[in-house]
Amino acid sequence: MAAVTMVEAIRQALSEEMERDPAVVLIGEDISVYGGAFKVTEGLLNKFGWERVIDTPISESAIIGAAVGMSYMGLRPVAEMQFIDFLACAFNQMTNFVAKSHYRWGAPVPMVVRGPSGGGVHGGPFHSANPEMYYAHTPGLKVVYPSTPYDAKGLLKSAIRDNNPVLFLEHKFLYRRIKEELPEGEYTVPLGKAIVRREGADLTIISYAAMMHTSLEAAEKLAAEGISAEVIDLRTLMPLDKETILASVKKTSKLLIVHEDTRTGGIAGEIAAMVCENAFEDLDGPIQRVTSLDTPVPYSPPLEERFLPGVPDVMRAARELAQY
Amino acid sequence: MAQTLSREQHLDLYYYMRLNRSLEERMVRLFRQSKIVGGLYSSLGQEGISVGTAYALEARDWMAPMIRNIGALLVKGCKPRDIFTQHMAKYTSPTLGKDGTSHFGDLKTKHIVSPISMLGDLIPVLAGVGIAGRYLGQKIVAMTWIGDGGTSTGVFHEGMNFAAVQRAPLVCVVENNQWAYSTPVKRQVPIRNLAERAKSYGIASAIVDGNDVLAVYQAAKDAVERCRAGDGPVMIEAKTHRMRGHAQHDPAEYVPKAMVEYWTAQDPIGRYEKYLTNAGLWNEKKKAEIDARIERELDEDQKFAEESPLPPAELAEQGVFCDGCHEIKARWERPVEEVTPPRCSIEMDGWTVEDFGQLENIETEKMESVAVSKLAPSDQRSENVSGDAKSGVRSGGQKNTGAKSPARHPLRKGKN
Ligand SMILES: Cc1ncc(C[n+]2csc(CCOP(=O)(O)OP(=O)(O)O)c2C)c(N)n1
Ligand SMILES: [Mg+2]
Repeated sequence: MAAVTMVEAIRQALSEEMERDPAVVLIGEDISVYGGAFKVTEGLLNKFGWERVIDTPISESAIIGAAVGMSYMGLRPVAEMQFIDFLACAFNQMTNFVAKSHYRWGAPVPMVVRGPSGGGVHGGPFHSANPEMYYAHTPGLKVVYPSTPYDAKGLLKSAIRDNNPVLFLEHKFLYRRIKEELPEGEYTVPLGKAIVRREGADLTIISYAAMMHTSLEAAEKLAAEGISAEVIDLRTLMPLDKETILASVKKTSKLLIVHEDTRTGGIAGEIAAMVCENAFEDLDGPIQRVTSLDTPVPYSPPLEERFLPGVPDVMRAARELAQY
Repeated sequence: MAQTLSREQHLDLYYYMRLNRSLEERMVRLFRQSKIVGGLYSSLGQEGISVGTAYALEARDWMAPMIRNIGALLVKGCKPRDIFTQHMAKYTSPTLGKDGTSHFGDLKTKHIVSPISMLGDLIPVLAGVGIAGRYLGQKIVAMTWIGDGGTSTGVFHEGMNFAAVQRAPLVCVVENNQWAYSTPVKRQVPIRNLAERAKSYGIASAIVDGNDVLAVYQAAKDAVERCRAGDGPVMIEAKTHRMRGHAQHDPAEYVPKAMVEYWTAQDPIGRYEKYLTNAGLWNEKKKAEIDARIERELDEDQKFAEESPLPPAELAEQGVFCDGCHEIKARWERPVEEVTPPRCSIEMDGWTVEDFGQLENIETEKMESVAVSKLAPSDQRSENVSGDAKSGVRSGGQKNTGAKSPARHPLRKGKN
């Protein structure tokens, strides 16, 4: 079986879920004839028709609002944001309508909001967002951010079947850069479960999405220097898989968290606090974090390169921590 | 007028309006006794709108009320106890005390979507409900309400435009009660009739005397039928007046006395009582019977609410996520084969959007430029809004046949 890109894996998930369940519909800007800005939904109009692949005006609040209404009718809408940055235009709908619905009045909202996220492609300040923590901070939303085609497909299927609203972030740097062979048959990847990508003994590196690959590359190089890093891919940020994190910290006693999101208020801080609360005695060094800068994402290549964490940054932090 | 309504239905309208008012009067007393936990909003004088519009809906139809639409909730089958307990934050309330006021709903049987405080958000949500209903083959209509102030939000525009291009079966009732908190409608919008906006969405609209419950009902009925026939959304502007402050805390000293006097004389219940008497639809005895029934029901439900417990503190931690507590199932009223491959597939041999790309559709000759100074004020150019409060719904996007007389503002007589 041929290896597929992340875009193809996501498209497969959408297509298979739409075939499996006629309650699944797509809604977004330019997703039908054009197939979406990144061609994720290409071909789905042909297969499923206008009623299930719904183009909208440029109205993010209307897209999210309409998806909520569809959810209340028992549908499972998957809303596409052309770029995830634009979800900010529907922040109110997401945080006030969507997130609070089940808690307030017991009305589940089985919808998925998905869209291209992250930097590294010179998208500049408005096409590079990593918005995970705005939403992970909002009780009632689940947040997923996969790093591989296999996970993207399996997690998206789980997200669509979940009875709760799920923000499904797709790192656009990974869309076509990595390929993976997928199993023939049907599979899902559960939400809320991290995975140990690489076993190690000296320290734990936690990451997700594009930084997962940066972390793995760093771990590979660190191994050559005699430092054995265990690498965990969070996959889901909310709910956070505390068990997998704590088990690894208990094993290695040192923790480094790497994310592309900005530093202040990033999930590294939350994980650090959680580990201190639950495994302080197991720690043999200060929890470290490698993150992007507390700035907007700049446009020009040298600026963006400075903004984003790279393999050398991860290695430097890992070395220091290993020696501590 | 409203000959289609039976005597029973005419009396129903009275029952709901009076129930709405008496219920709110009791809540004002409860508020003064500090038994209402949060704020209390009044729909005094606007009961005809809530009741008349919701009465045009069928059981299968969906609605989402705003804060001054307790009457609509009652018509759709909610009980006074729901309203009492919601306001008193009781464990027996529909939200178990997690939210207050009219912020509750019922997906399963009554088909009510709970509003949220953020004005305007309901418009696209109810458009989504309507579109989903159409997809599922249900012949439903979705209705929601918004105030004059709420129409200024971005999401109102996004929602109306989206509903319009989707031809969603959505009835949007704009309650123009002249005030948004302390802001008069003239500072909210520079146009006389909010329904004029319908024209820019290319949808049908009507303007109605909001204090005439039968006129409201008729306009809503027309709108609902239009939606059900697949003709797209309808906006109804109901002219009325907010007879109390924004909420209990607000003495509304900014409202001119003359305005209050004018509208007091327009009280929808008083007017309707006279109508029923003149039309011979009831007598003193019948009225007394209905009023007594209302008092009985309210006594019972108020007692129930007052005696109900507050929720246990642990409840605060529960229910953020659905962990299998709900079974989610769409109600299909059409064969699913129609929407699953291969039957739903489209041959895409090149593509066209209906009516798009034909040059003759671009009406260049009508686009002559007009000096800004020569542009007429919008109220003189409006023509798809109805000047006759009692007439039904007019289509949007009509051919321009020259200016018609502007809609008469109910305030005109008294003020303009
Ligand atoms: C988006 C938003 N901004 C501000 C408020 C605060 N607020 C609540 S009601 C209200 C006035 C609403 O006026 P209108 O829409 O005319 O409705 P009415 O109160 O007259 O029924 C305001 C400003 C809100 N609920 N939502
Ligand atoms: Mg108002």
